[in-house]
Amino acid sequence: MNPQAIIDGLIAGSTIGLGAIGLTLTYSILRFANFTHGDFLAWGAYLSLSLMGLIGGLLAELGVRLAPFSFTLALPLAVVGGIALTVLLALALDKLLFGRLRARGADAIIIVMASFGASMALRSLLEFIYTAQPAYFTTALQIAKPLGLGLRATPDQLLVIGMTFVLVAVLHLIVTHSAMGRAMRAVSENPALAGVYGIDVAQIVRLTWIIGAGMACIAGVMAGLLVQIRPYMGFDLLLPLFAAAILGGIGSIPGAMIGGLIIGLAEAFAVQIVGAEWRAAISFVILVLVLMLRPQGLFGKAGG
Amino acid sequence: MELLAYCAFFLTIAMTYAIICLGLNVQWGQTGLFNVGIAGFVGLGGYISAILTTPEAAERIGGFGLPIAAGWAGAMLGGAVLSLAVGLLTLRMRSDYLAITTFGIAVALQLVFQNAETLTGGAFGMAFVPRPFAGFQGNAFAFNLANLAVTCAVVLALYLLLEHLLRSPWGRTLRAVREDEVAAQALGKNPASLRLQAFALGGAIMALAGAVQAHFIGFIAPGNFLPMMTFQVWAMLIVGGSGNNRGAILGAVLVWAIWALSGALIAEVFPADQQARAASLQIVVIGVMLCLILLWRPQGILPEIRSVSRHLGRRHKDQ
Repeated sequence: MNPQAIIDGLIAGSTIGLGAIGLTLTYSILRFANFTHGDFLAWGAYLSLSLMGLIGGLLAELGVRLAPFSFTLALPLAVVGGIALTVLLALALDKLLFGRLRARGADAIIIVMASFGASMALRSLLEFIYTAQPAYFTTALQIAKPLGLGLRATPDQLLVIGMTFVLVAVLHLIVTHSAMGRAMRAVSENPALAGVYGIDVAQIVRLTWIIGAGMACIAGVMAGLLVQIRPYMGFDLLLPLFAAAILGGIGSIPGAMIGGLIIGLAEAFAVQIVGAEWRAAISFVILVLVLMLRPQGLFGKAGG
Repeated sequence: MELLAYCAFFLTIAMTYAIICLGLNVQWGQTGLFNVGIAGFVGLGGYISAILTTPEAAERIGGFGLPIAAGWAGAMLGGAVLSLAVGLLTLRMRSDYLAITTFGIAVALQLVFQNAETLTGGAFGMAFVPRPFAGFQGNAFAFNLANLAVTCAVVLALYLLLEHLLRSPWGRTLRAVREDEVAAQALGKNPASLRLQAFALGGAIMALAGAVQAHFIGFIAPGNFLPMMTFQVWAMLIVGGSGNNRGAILGAVLVWAIWALSGALIAEVFPADQQARAASLQIVVIGVMLCLILLWRPQGILPEIRSVSRHLGRRHKDQ
């Protein structure tokens, strides 16, 4: 077995984990399985790509490569804007669609269905705007450096793994140690009671979308930087995202991250045995195993 | 004559969608089960029937050369077994776990269709799926018309069967479980087992639709069973009216007509190299339509008819 699968798995797992954080938060706080979440990843990547082109065109002096990485300063700047736009997209969708259905008291499953319809529309809109041709943040080639133990990674890949861990740690600390985080947990336990106690539930709903869409945008950019950007990239990640969120336990941020890493590593090792064409089936197998053996997930509460 | 032949072809395809919609209506309309893997169940039925009925082929397993009816029966059995497995796994949990799992089933089955070459023919699919009335193939009109008659007969038979079930004690209990599970349980009904039955019945009907479609077209390939299909069928049922079997059939014809006409329009208006791109607009339109209907007219064109028993006549929802 090739030990390089560890690096491949960690990289795929970082994207899946960051994406699953938003999914697990919307699931526990807004109480529905959001099928548009995968498309937030794809939209985040494309919006950042467009902004990068714009910034690079306006400010040519930013076009210097940030050694040892493959991209220029335009990318991190574009990602900041991309996050803002992805968050706006999520908030707009909530205002126009999900929020109205919630206000009407629609069943959770109706909201799931609406998210399913919206995801098809969003994805096809991307395909219309940017065509189905894959796009790239950078065409620079990077040499993978040896890390010892027979492992190799490019600077970009190490940056992605490192940033993921920092982001998740910071987010976890905020949610566990701040008044805002406590309010989020209160709303996820019982929104009506939380409202009675003076928590601004609408504010928490917005916050959930901000965190979820922001992380989705970063995950999309990471996947775009290391692999490629396609309109269907989010859709193809949807099953791993759901599997990671359920494996980690709905509502748990570290759970989603660890779930993502497990799925990423399992995929990387399993494709060496069964072949890359079966990659998408691996998260399905894990999902079924979790539902059979431990439906509450690794860090979830039983009976949830 | 050519136009009539095309109309018959168009309606036959619409009727196969109507069969899927009727199956989905059992799962969603009557029982409230959200299946996001319709394409997988339909594809499974198509492939099972194709494997059972195609003539022997050297490059793959199967090819039993059985009659078409055996293929249909095999497809329904396969659809029911798969639904039972999925149902047993997820129906005791939160309702959206079923959605996620069925979504996964469709992804996994799509991989099997594409990659299990010795069974499914891989990406190129299977040709020579026997077509009913193959003797008429020289005359497109007679061939399409005969197939339309068979497909309509299947839709009619299913419609009558489902309407009968709907007004039977079984149908009433099913709606009782959907509306108030605790109350139904208190009356000694077993919600889990009822849901499982409804899910399996719906899955069997969807698989039958796949078989009917595969035999009509005479060819089956993984590209026919993309998530797009799931999405179209949902739009059909929601537009037509979930809970109403006539609504399911009406929605199938209507949405398929919108789809076919907008496709023809795109072929006329856009240059050849832009057509794939423009086709994605079709999906945007259907997606937005689905959301708008959920927002403004969730009951669809033909709302569900409240029926307690056929002996008591019909009652409308808000009476």
